Parts: sequence; C-alpha cells; structure tokens
Amino acid sequence: MRQRRTFIFSCLCFGYAFLYIPILTMIAWSFNDSRLMSVWTGFSLRWYQALWQNEQIIDAALLSLRIAFVSATFATLLGTLAALAMSRLGRFRGRTAFSGMLAAPLVMPEVITGLSLLMLFVSLQGLLGWPAKRGADTIAIAHITFAMAYVAVVVQARLTAMDRSLEEAAMDLGGRPMGVTLDITLPLIAPAMLSGWLLAFTLSLDDLVIASFVSGPESSTLPMVIYSKVKLGIAPDVNALAAVIVSIVGLGVLAAGWLMLRTARRHTTGAP
Amino acid sequence: MNAARPERLWRRTVIGIPYFWLLAFFLAPFAIVLRISFSDPIIAQPPFTPFCDPAQGLYLTADNYRFLTEDDLYWVSYLKSIRIAAVSTLLCLLIGYPMAYGIARARGAWRNILLLLVILPFWTSFLLRVYAWMGMLSGHGVLNQALLGMGLIEQPLKILYTDFAVYLGIVYSYLPFMILPLYATLERLDGDLLDAAADLGGRPRQVFFDVTLPVSLPGVVAGGLLVFIPALGEFVIPALLGGLDTMMIGKTLYDEFFINRDWPLASAVATVLVLILLVPIMLFQRISQADAGARR
Repeated sequence: MRQRRTFIFSCLCFGYAFLYIPILTMIAWSFNDSRLMSVWTGFSLRWYQALWQNEQIIDAALLSLRIAFVSATFATLLGTLAALAMSRLGRFRGRTAFSGMLAAPLVMPEVITGLSLLMLFVSLQGLLGWPAKRGADTIAIAHITFAMAYVAVVVQARLTAMDRSLEEAAMDLGGRPMGVTLDITLPLIAPAMLSGWLLAFTLSLDDLVIASFVSGPESSTLPMVIYSKVKLGIAPDVNALAAVIVSIVGLGVLAAGWLMLRTARRHTTGAP
Repeated sequence: MNAARPERLWRRTVIGIPYFWLLAFFLAPFAIVLRISFSDPIIAQPPFTPFCDPAQGLYLTADNYRFLTEDDLYWVSYLKSIRIAAVSTLLCLLIGYPMAYGIARARGAWRNILLLLVILPFWTSFLLRVYAWMGMLSGHGVLNQALLGMGLIEQPLKILYTDFAVYLGIVYSYLPFMILPLYATLERLDGDLLDAAADLGGRPRQVFFDVTLPVSLPGVVAGGLLVFIPALGEFVIPALLGGLDTMMIGKTLYDEFFINRDWPLASAVATVLVLILLVPIMLFQRISQADAGARR
C-alpha cells in the first residue's frame, strides 16, 4: 500500500514538473539581459520594452482580440442552440448527422479544417463574389465553426447534469417550451455559457494553422506573427510576450477556480 | 393550433440555425476538397481546373491520387505520422494514468487544485508552449546544460530538430487531453468497490486489473482518441521541433499547399487523411454521445 502511494506521488511530481518547467523557464529567461537563452547576464526589462514598442505585434494582438471577441460571441450563441437541440428537443430528422458534425471539429486536424474552409471561401468567391477578400471576417467564420463545437460540449454537459425538476414544474404549470427555455433553462446554464465563451475566446486567440489558411495577405493574427518569428529560432521578445500571456491567463484561471471553489463550498455547508 | 405555431417555429430555429451553419461551413467544405482533389493544377486564380467547364463538361482526373502512391514522400509521411501519433498516445497513457489516478484519490481541496493545474496549461497558448521547448532543447539550452553540469555527457546533444523532440512536444502538449477523461472515469470509481475487492482477498495488482482498469476503460479510449486523432495531423510541433526528416503528414500537406502551391494535390492528401481518420472519429463521436446519454 505504502509502496503504491509513493509510486503515485512520484508520478504526480514528475508529471507536474514536466508540465510546468518549460513554461517557468521561458518566463525566467524573459528577464535576461542577453539575447541568448544560455548565459544569464543580469536582470533586465528590455525585452518587455521592445515588445511594447513593436507595432507589428501590438497590431496583430489587437486584430486577434477583435476576432476572438466576435467569434466567441457567435460560437456561444450557436453552440448553446446546438446543445439545446441535442439535449432538450428529443428526436428530429438528421439528429445523428448533426451530432456527428458537432463532435468532429473537436478532434479534426487543423490542417484539414483550414484547407477545406479556404477551398469553400475561394469557391464561394468565384460563384457569388462573396467573401470579396479574405481577412478578419473569414478567420472569424472559421473560428466560430470549430469553437461552437467546444461550447456545445460545455453547455450540453451542464444541461444533462442539471436537475430538470424546475423545468418540469414550469411545464406542468402550463409553460410553453420556448418560454420555459428562456425563463428557466437559460439562467441555469448561464455559467456554462460563460465558460464556453471564455474557452472559445482563448481557442480563437491561440489558433495558428486555420488562420494561416483562411487569412488574406493584409491580416496577420498574433499567432501568425509569433510563428514567423520563432520559426527562425529563439526570439527574446517572444519570451516576454509569452510571460505576459501566461500570467494573464494563469491569474484568470486561478481566479475562476477560486470563485468556483468558494461557491461550491457555500452550497455544501448551506451558508448564504 | 395557433399556440402550436410559435412553438414549432422555436423548435425549427433551435435546430435549424446551428444545423445550417455546420452544413455550410463544416460539411460543404469537405465536399469541395473532395471535388478539387480530382482536378488538375493550372496557373490561374484559383489554381485548379474549374468545377464544370461549359465547353468541356465535367472534368475528373485521378492523377493526384496516382501521384500520391508513386511518390515515396507521402507514404512515408502517412506511416511516420501514424507511428509518432500512436507511440505518443501510449506515452501519454503511461504518464497520464497514474497522474489521473492520484488526482482522483486526492482529498478534498487538493483534488481541485491538482485538477486546476492540469487544466491551466490547456488555457495558455499552445504555440507558446511548443516554443518553450525550443529554449529547453537547443544546443545551449537548459536540458543540455543540466546534463553537462551533471557530467552525464561531454558534448551538447542535438535534441532540437529531431524526432525525439517531436515525441516530447506531442506528449507535453496533449497530456491534459489524456488526463481529463481518465480522471472523469476514475473519479466515478467507488472507493467501497475497491475496499470490497480487497476484503474479498484481492491483491493490489489483482484489484487493479480486475476492477480499476475495466471501469476506467472508457476513459482510456476517449483520452486515446483525443490525443491520437489531432496528433496524427499535427503541424506546429513537427514544424518547430522536428528536423528536415521529420515528415509528418500535416506538415507535408501544409508545404504542398503553401510552398508548392499545388491545391489539388494538397486536397488529395487531405482526403486520404480524412479517410484514415474516419473510423477513429466515428468511434470518438459514438463514445462522446454515449457518455452524454449515460449521465442523463
């Protein structure tokens, strides 16, 4: 018994070290004065300063944030509708095909999604003249399509796990499906929709491959700029950028986790 | 009758809007890729023979697929991708299983903290986490300096831009996808069930193989597919960490499209990749729906 516990404990230590040492090392080197990631020549914030003055990176970050905001919002709308259709509307024609198309984007390799969406946009342009040019709009459409699948998973998990007695009571009292969904179900799944939105937002912000396929020559998102820099080797200002992004996301996730933990504790102890 | 109409409209809206979106932006693109894979590349905009030329009628050619079988590059890429994805999935399972088990057995607040620490890297940039390994593995990188410092090696090893670095990158990036479904099944495993098995005289190893492993099998399959399928078509990791001879099909497809600009051939490569992935993806879709049904 003791032997097994030691084994599990060392596996956990090894696993978490494996997950975190590269990130923490990268953050540490971002404060190094030297351009090289091999000799420590002293503490410096010069790479953060260089980052702040790099207009290409700032512009790309703003473009990425704009695309992420739009695509997360639409993905949440579509993903929530899809989750409601799958878990509240019973059988309908084409349900199997629908669930297949909803699950496949979760695992589909990005090169395939990117290539096929580009072919669609090029063909549509030839037939309808739309989209006139590729850029932020086409990237947003691509991101909505794969992010809505993630939102649907998060919201559907909530819909199937939650207690249905409130909805059933409202139905028994003569509520109509639309009214019950809007008045009862929606407020109950709102937290899941929010986590779905955040997930869609970060997925969009992070996507390199799909955006590379469907973007035009004038619009480079942040991952595209980062990729073109690091393909040539180590870039110290990318270390600084990584440190900034990891800190923001890390604090956000920790805050969300702490909030969830606190609410869960309140529910179990029955305190207000 | 009148009251039923808005309800029907509501039902149609809820199903219809996401359905239409997926048909237009998920299914239709595949049909177009399939069609283009039977076209010839031409120097024009767009660079392939038109879908339907009024003068020539419908034009189909199997040249792209013939070329895929003739040129070794594609065969080697497909096989190497399958091998790398399969070995990485196995490694993720070997590292992830004890971790998921440990998290599921941890007490109270510890369990949530450990879980949060697995989820956290998933939220931070995939590209930057792969890039972090470039700094770790380079000739003067942390790993080489540590090995030199310990006196295990005398010359820096070439680790970056090798297959080994690609395995490392894939296992690192996809480990959370293996741990989370494993944790979900192991968490449901009843402690009483294990005690009962032990009380009935089961030795630890026996209890593990007769009780724990069968119960967690759905998690093993789900985690395995969540790692294997995307890893098979991975582009970023072989492009940043792999060497010139690390031919994974995602990178071959990307180069065929962006460097050689042969859209029909890239479409044929994508079509074959989808065919290879069809069975795993259908399996994944079935278990994810069965899981949603079981919790209902």
